[in-house]
Amino acid sequence: MIKAIPKPMEEIIDNVKDFNKLLIAGCDGCVTVCEAGGLKEAKVLASALRLYFTQGGRQAQVDETSLTRQCEKEYLAQLSDRIDQYDAVVSLACGCGIQYLAEMYDKKIVFPGVDTCFLGVNEERGLYSERCQACGRCILAETGGICPIARCSKRMLNGPCGGSEGGKCEVSKETPCGWELIYERLKTLGQLHRFETPTVPKDWTTSRDGGPRKIVREDLRI
Amino acid sequence: MRLQYPTNVRIIEVPCTGKVDIIHLLLAFEQGADGVIVVGCMEGDCHYMAGNLYAKNRVQRVKEILDRVGLGGERVGMYNLSSGMGGKFAEVVREMTDKIMELGPSPIRIAKGTAVRAAGEVAA
Repeated sequence: MIKAIPKPMEEIIDNVKDFNKLLIAGCDGCVTVCEAGGLKEAKVLASALRLYFTQGGRQAQVDETSLTRQCEKEYLAQLSDRIDQYDAVVSLACGCGIQYLAEMYDKKIVFPGVDTCFLGVNEERGLYSERCQACGRCILAETGGICPIARCSKRMLNGPCGGSEGGKCEVSKETPCGWELIYERLKTLGQLHRFETPTVPKDWTTSRDGGPRKIVREDLRI
Repeated sequence: MRLQYPTNVRIIEVPCTGKVDIIHLLLAFEQGADGVIVVGCMEGDCHYMAGNLYAKNRVQRVKEILDRVGLGGERVGMYNLSSGMGGKFAEVVREMTDKIMELGPSPIRIAKGTAVRAAGEVAA
């Protein structure tokens, strides 16, 4: 899922301090799972902003809500009858949700309330790590289910590099070498022969190199 | 034990401090509390394994939030006491009450007009 972290309170306050009517819009999708932008976090931010305005002697209205998903028009439409009463919206959705909200309500000022980080997994509560870079052409079948694009700091296709030491990456001793992980997994699977054939250069046109991407699924469209 | 502790303290009972969320503490301040303490079981003694440890993290988060919004993180605190430590409880409550008296009323109450600054205190 998409992983995000809450933005520093100072940054949010700096953005919204001149407005009197604010809506904090959480998202019940990915950002709820990583506890960065769900209804709970929206309530906490709204309360914190109310305290900020009140102690400064300001009469500001700060309300909170949460939408099932901010990356879908149908759910964003649920704000249509009330969004006009607010001067600005702080969206706690991922970058996609924030942009889609701003796109749908193009006359409304929308601020981000989270920093969207990566596509990752929940290792445990409060510990999330990257697993996918959405390159658009999955090669996990060849690499024992471990992605060298996301797990190798250099995105090497034929690793490991000379910087791998004791199973750790030279970029950080905290980071396991992606290619060491691949080697160990392929050894467990009895597929070390995959190392005998070099991986051919990857087609990056499906990644960001081709500009903003779009999926058109004619089988799903009517 | 007939222990005495300040009467301006309102006790809200919860089954475990793990039930206390960040929003509960913030709402207490919004509603005019001058200070809040969370009193949980001793660390390592939680019947639900880690309820008091979750509470500790949340109280810390609330401290940070209060610092950032201008109320001051020292208005919230967490103590770990067992059910057999009544004397210590009274002491802790007295200690927190004294601290809050020293800090003065919450800026929220001053802004809402339900409290006034102490003589000589200057508006921030």
